[in-house]
Amino acid sequence: MTTTEITRTIDARGMACPGPLMALIGAIRTSQVGDVLEVLSSDEGSKTDIPAWVTKARHELVEVVAGDGYARFVVRKAR
Amino acid sequence: MPAEIVVLGGGVGGTLVANLLDKSLGRDVHVTVVDPTGMHDYQPGYLYVALGEAKGHWLTREERSLLRSGVDLAIEEAIRIHPDAGTVQLRNGGSLSWDYLVIATGARLVPELIPGLAEGSFEFYSLAGAERLAQALRGFHGGSIKVGVAGIPYKCPPAPVEFTMMVDGYLRRRGLRDRSEVELLSPLNRAFTIESASALIQPIMEQRGIGLTTFFNVESVDPAAQTVESLEGEKQEYDLLVLVPPHECAEVVKSSGLGDVSGWLPTDRTTLQVGGYDRVFALGDATDLPISKSGSTAHFEAPVIASRIASLVAGTAPTENYGGRVMCFLETGDGRATSLRFDYEHPPIPPQPNRAWHVAKWLFNRMYWETVPQGRLPERAPFTTPKEVAS
Repeated sequence: MTTTEITRTIDARGMACPGPLMALIGAIRTSQVGDVLEVLSSDEGSKTDIPAWVTKARHELVEVVAGDGYARFVVRKAR
Repeated sequence: MPAEIVVLGGGVGGTLVANLLDKSLGRDVHVTVVDPTGMHDYQPGYLYVALGEAKGHWLTREERSLLRSGVDLAIEEAIRIHPDAGTVQLRNGGSLSWDYLVIATGARLVPELIPGLAEGSFEFYSLAGAERLAQALRGFHGGSIKVGVAGIPYKCPPAPVEFTMMVDGYLRRRGLRDRSEVELLSPLNRAFTIESASALIQPIMEQRGIGLTTFFNVESVDPAAQTVESLEGEKQEYDLLVLVPPHECAEVVKSSGLGDVSGWLPTDRTTLQVGGYDRVFALGDATDLPISKSGSTAHFEAPVIASRIASLVAGTAPTENYGGRVMCFLETGDGRATSLRFDYEHPPIPPQPNRAWHVAKWLFNRMYWETVPQGRLPERAPFTTPKEVAS
């Protein structure tokens, strides 16, 4: 579990693909550089979509943690 | 005393719910549709207007002509919903009381959210926009056409992909294709929101020489430089830019404080009740449901709401639930189309594009006015057989 301070949590559990990724993109739009966002997603597609988008958008994927029936993605807005 | 039912919005969902309730409950209910324009638009037709394949006049009718005689129509703007008091406040100063409320206010376009979008791009999500785009295409003599999405969720998810494939055919017919580039700027890492549909579509796009840039979420447009920039930090040049403008819920939902964090109505995925209110329902584009914003969705949701209200009026427990059913067509150009039939649990398995689905869409477009608003089409997706549904 990360010790990074979370600025905002997006609970996207239960949302179908591409909902969790789109929720993250929407949150990044309204965040400040340096903010740390946490996305909770039960959608399998998020495991590839979210890291791929974070890389393309040149933000930082701090960690991915498997939870009970969902995954937790921690993303720092880098620019 | 009949139960008072107020339906906000005279689009496909609102009109169908109102007609079904009046038809099934007759004098037990008094149904009023509140719509600010009193006009009903067939929005799927805008795509054809943009490509010069249809004129705008067949896409709009007076809402009154589509409602059963027992349904009242108030051509007024609803400005505030009071769910606890059971009233809706109108712009003209009056208000309506209801026992049951159906919110079918749709989605509105908010191009102003993206700097430069209104000045630098075209759209086919309004009749005026589609007519402007048709004119721009007529004056186009080659160059780069970029097609993108400036916000998710948006209405009719297949439309941008359909546009790229249909404009490809349009340019070929005009002898301009070898002088032109067509490219889809997708906000996702594939061409379309639904994975199985992307798997079918992407090879066709490749075959036609239609480019695909993935993870391109439009951030701004520079009309002078003719460039569009993404949130991901990429910049693309264009000669003609076509963008789906960002969408938001209706003002009345906002001003009533009923939207959730995303702005859409928090709607139960099976009962279609809003925000825990027993007597408030929503359908169509206004909801936050994880399913396509499309007329088809509203078409399959409307009978569920009508049935649930009918049960409540009769004093019995509602039994009908919405399972996420949607059925729509996807034009692939050259007179071919495929279909997308799915629900919450079953993703679509689109058939190979063929002429039959194109003809089916064409027929549906022609038959819409006499069938859908009146509830004359089956409430289950046509042509769906168990073997065609993914398990």
